[in-house]
Amino acid sequence: MNLSPIQTLEEEPVAVPRGLVLPFDPLLLLSVIGLGAASLLTLGGATRNDVPGSPHYYVERQAIYLGVGLVLMLVISRIDYSRLRELKYGIYCALIFSIVVVLGVGSSANGSQRAINLPLFSFQGSELGKDLLIVSLSAFVVDRSRRLRERETTARIMLLALVPALFVIAQPDLGSGLVYVAIAFAVLFVAGCPWQHFLALLTLGAVAIALVLVAAPAVGVHVLKPYQTQRLTAFLHPSSDPQEAGYQQLESKIAIGSGGKTGRGANATQTKLEFVPEHGTDFIFAAVGELYGFVGASIVLSLYALLIWRALRILTLSKNMFGTLVAGGIIAMLMFQIFVNVGMAVGIMPITGVTLPLLSYGGSSVITIAIAVGLLQSIYLQGRSAAALKGRVLRF
Amino acid sequence: MIDPIHPSDDRRVPVSPQLAFRVAIMGGVALILFAIIFFRLWYLQVLSSSQYTQLAAQNVTRELPIAAPRGSILARGGQTLAGTESTAAVQVNPSKLPTSPAARTALYRRLAWVLQIKSRDVNALIKQGEATLPYANVTIATDVSQAQRDYILERAQDFPGVTAQPIYVRDYPLNDLAAQVLGTVGVLNKFDQQQSRYRSVQAGTIVGQSGVEAAYDRYLRGIPGEQQVEVNAFGRAQPTPLPEIQPTPGDEVRLTLDLPLEEEGEKALQQGIGLAQSNGNPASRGAFVAMNPLNGEVLAMGSAPTFDPNIFTHPLTPAQVKALDGGGNDNPPAPQLNRAIQGLYPTGSTFKPITAMAGLEAGLITPETTMGGGSCVTIGNECLHNSGEVNDGSLDLENALRVSEDTYFYLLGAMENSQNPRGGVLQKMAHYLGLGELTGVDLPGEEPGNIPDPAWRAKVDREEAICKCGVADGRPWSVGDNVNLATGQGDLQATPLQMAVVYSSLADAYRNDGYGRVPVPHLGLEIDNPQGQLIQRIASPPGRHIHLNEGDLSVVMDGLHMAASAPGGTSSDVWTGWNQDAVPVYGKTGTAVRNGQSDQAWYCCYLPGTATRSPIVIVVTIEQGGFGDQSAAPVARLMASEWYGVQEKLVAGTSATL
Repeated sequence: MNLSPIQTLEEEPVAVPRGLVLPFDPLLLLSVIGLGAASLLTLGGATRNDVPGSPHYYVERQAIYLGVGLVLMLVISRIDYSRLRELKYGIYCALIFSIVVVLGVGSSANGSQRAINLPLFSFQGSELGKDLLIVSLSAFVVDRSRRLRERETTARIMLLALVPALFVIAQPDLGSGLVYVAIAFAVLFVAGCPWQHFLALLTLGAVAIALVLVAAPAVGVHVLKPYQTQRLTAFLHPSSDPQEAGYQQLESKIAIGSGGKTGRGANATQTKLEFVPEHGTDFIFAAVGELYGFVGASIVLSLYALLIWRALRILTLSKNMFGTLVAGGIIAMLMFQIFVNVGMAVGIMPITGVTLPLLSYGGSSVITIAIAVGLLQSIYLQGRSAAALKGRVLRF
Repeated sequence: MIDPIHPSDDRRVPVSPQLAFRVAIMGGVALILFAIIFFRLWYLQVLSSSQYTQLAAQNVTRELPIAAPRGSILARGGQTLAGTESTAAVQVNPSKLPTSPAARTALYRRLAWVLQIKSRDVNALIKQGEATLPYANVTIATDVSQAQRDYILERAQDFPGVTAQPIYVRDYPLNDLAAQVLGTVGVLNKFDQQQSRYRSVQAGTIVGQSGVEAAYDRYLRGIPGEQQVEVNAFGRAQPTPLPEIQPTPGDEVRLTLDLPLEEEGEKALQQGIGLAQSNGNPASRGAFVAMNPLNGEVLAMGSAPTFDPNIFTHPLTPAQVKALDGGGNDNPPAPQLNRAIQGLYPTGSTFKPITAMAGLEAGLITPETTMGGGSCVTIGNECLHNSGEVNDGSLDLENALRVSEDTYFYLLGAMENSQNPRGGVLQKMAHYLGLGELTGVDLPGEEPGNIPDPAWRAKVDREEAICKCGVADGRPWSVGDNVNLATGQGDLQATPLQMAVVYSSLADAYRNDGYGRVPVPHLGLEIDNPQGQLIQRIASPPGRHIHLNEGDLSVVMDGLHMAASAPGGTSSDVWTGWNQDAVPVYGKTGTAVRNGQSDQAWYCCYLPGTATRSPIVIVVTIEQGGFGDQSAAPVARLMASEWYGVQEKLVAGTSATL
């Protein structure tokens, strides 16, 4: 109560050692700014006709979100993330609370309750929940760091992740729920959880999926909504039902394929004329592919590769286990969202409705990723400072 | 709230080998996934790009035809019978209409108010148009006034999806003149497109539906242009400009119709109908044909009652539809029926020259043979009378034709009777001269008619035995059938155009020492390009060769000439004052007896040419017109006067012969 952590930090002699020129990872920042710019460019082309009379509706809003996200990122990067460990119970409660509140009072979009409409943007609890889950789960793992080989630890951590995941799936937001599970896996994985546990978890998961998709519908219990099941399986045979679930994916493939090597730019039609649904959010990669072609899509993928590489690098630089686990959770979140989303757009993954980090339009999504990147920057800064104090400068 | 961190719990972890391994695994997985995505993108965007580009193009472009202005139809002298005019039209683009039903209804109501029509009709027209050709504009009203157009254009925000712009419509400047000959145009719908003749034409194009418009449609319609329209996923057109192909205007078709003769014919037919009515006959329908017997060029053709084809170029009102289909009348006036080629009638005594030629050619009679004395002749068990039971005495062929002596031809018909399934010399001669078969005129919908013979009677008897619907009385062919046919009564069915062909064949053979042709009537003269330059002359079809005995033929023609000129001739009084030396008239009246109706008046005549005018065959018939001499023959005289530039004179005949 008496001290604010930032003041504490500033009072400590954080000597910036030679060689540490910048208080953040410049390549990480570069990838974030590059992806933000790609988002604005793509939205500018693809959503021009979406809101009659204001062609820049989505671009302007996304720019504000990205700006707010950037500021938030810089602020967070100056905070010592380690202190968040002490708030783990509060953070976990906030996570559950934000999801339950959305489930209770949220507005429904496309038949699911995912967001609460606030004056500036609609707050999606499940998005911000990813950050909260990463931090609290990492904290719980650190607490049990000496008992990592016990089955009980793995079970407890998984349980802590599955509770919010199931709430989110009930909204229903299957994609985010799966992100939660991926985060839990990654945190356990980085912490050093034994391989046998993962094998057991994977077996359990496979049995659960079989139950949900095959066995339960057979006896009349629909755990997933029919459209969810259909979406999950439609990518296997997208042409069989072009008007329904497979339609979105087929149109997405047409858009990306028609982009060719260098894209159609102003002549793009598929994403502009609404053949590809959700071309500003879930299917924004289709817009990238059509507008800027193979070249544009490759640049975006390269920026993501840069982001993942820097995140992995920061993971190894962390001054403590907590930072390592947080970085691991963030990497899992980013990788899962990138590959599931892009895979969905190019027709090799099922449609699960996860956003493409930093590219997809949406305040909650952008802010969530910005906070995550801020945490990575904080881990970087803290790790570099600690190493410098020990007289050991790590060069990237 | 934040306590100092306990160092033992969160110690610094040097990168252990285990962590390094696991980080390497994460990096490796990321690398593999990036590689998969990269190659998938390569496949989609580089290897299969053209296929997806094509699919994308199919998604977004729709081709809309741009109507080509239809070529004009000209009379022989170059006068425009059917043209194309540009009219201010109000059109609705269905894909730009408001989506909410309430807004649509309000828009229809505003539109209906401005255009002074019913909003229900607006709705119906749009629905119909969308069904015919999706995405294309639907015409709601034509001939919109400047004020109405301005009102809509100035309030564009109140009329979303509504345009007021000029469009091409068919225009018939002479209104109902030769309406059935010219025919009508209409939008080709999907159903009609299945017909072989229009299979290559795009649905939504304006095509000929009847008459010359249909017969020469491939020259008249031109080639529509094409405007590509970009649509979004919901089918709404986008303002993106795409290339367009300009339409090619249709060519002009020049007809053989002589406009002054056509006008005079239509006027005269109405006068003839008036004469028939003044004699107490309920006449209102009829037809006339005038053609050049040498080459089959149709100089005039008309049918009453008539209609104004202009109504088909505008959205039809329910009242107009009712007027056209007769409004439930048992015997509807059917103004769209071209009675000159589709009206099937017994021809009365105009058939007698055929009977005479058959008898002469078969050697059954000679020109000098006299018969038919008394007021009736006994054939079988019946005594058959002359019309009015007059007794003209026993006459030779020429005089029998002059006074149209029925008894002579009853006896001749009986002599010509045959039980051969295809009939005897009479049927053979009728077919030889062009009856009972299509004339081959270049108009759609021609009727072949029927020359009754034993085989035909057996056929209808069989049909009657099955259907019991009264098409025949079940008796076998008898001499009475042939006697009826010999005088053009009974089951004979012929069109006015067929009779014109018969008289033309006789006239042509008469002019050429017995060697003539059965002309193929035709209306097409030449095809001109839109600038009026000749592209193609339409050759007269050659026609079938015939040979008649020259001497026999001159006897029959003399009989026809006497009938129109000599004292006692059936139509001599009609031609009173006509200069028979300059232009002799070879004409025959006819009066066909029809069950339950007044008699049908007929007149067929041939007039040889002068230095300035080609020869002409004129055929006139008036349904329920009474005696041929009294209503049909005067029409022919009026037309002949027009053709030869003689002072027109309406002379009603008095002859009461069949």
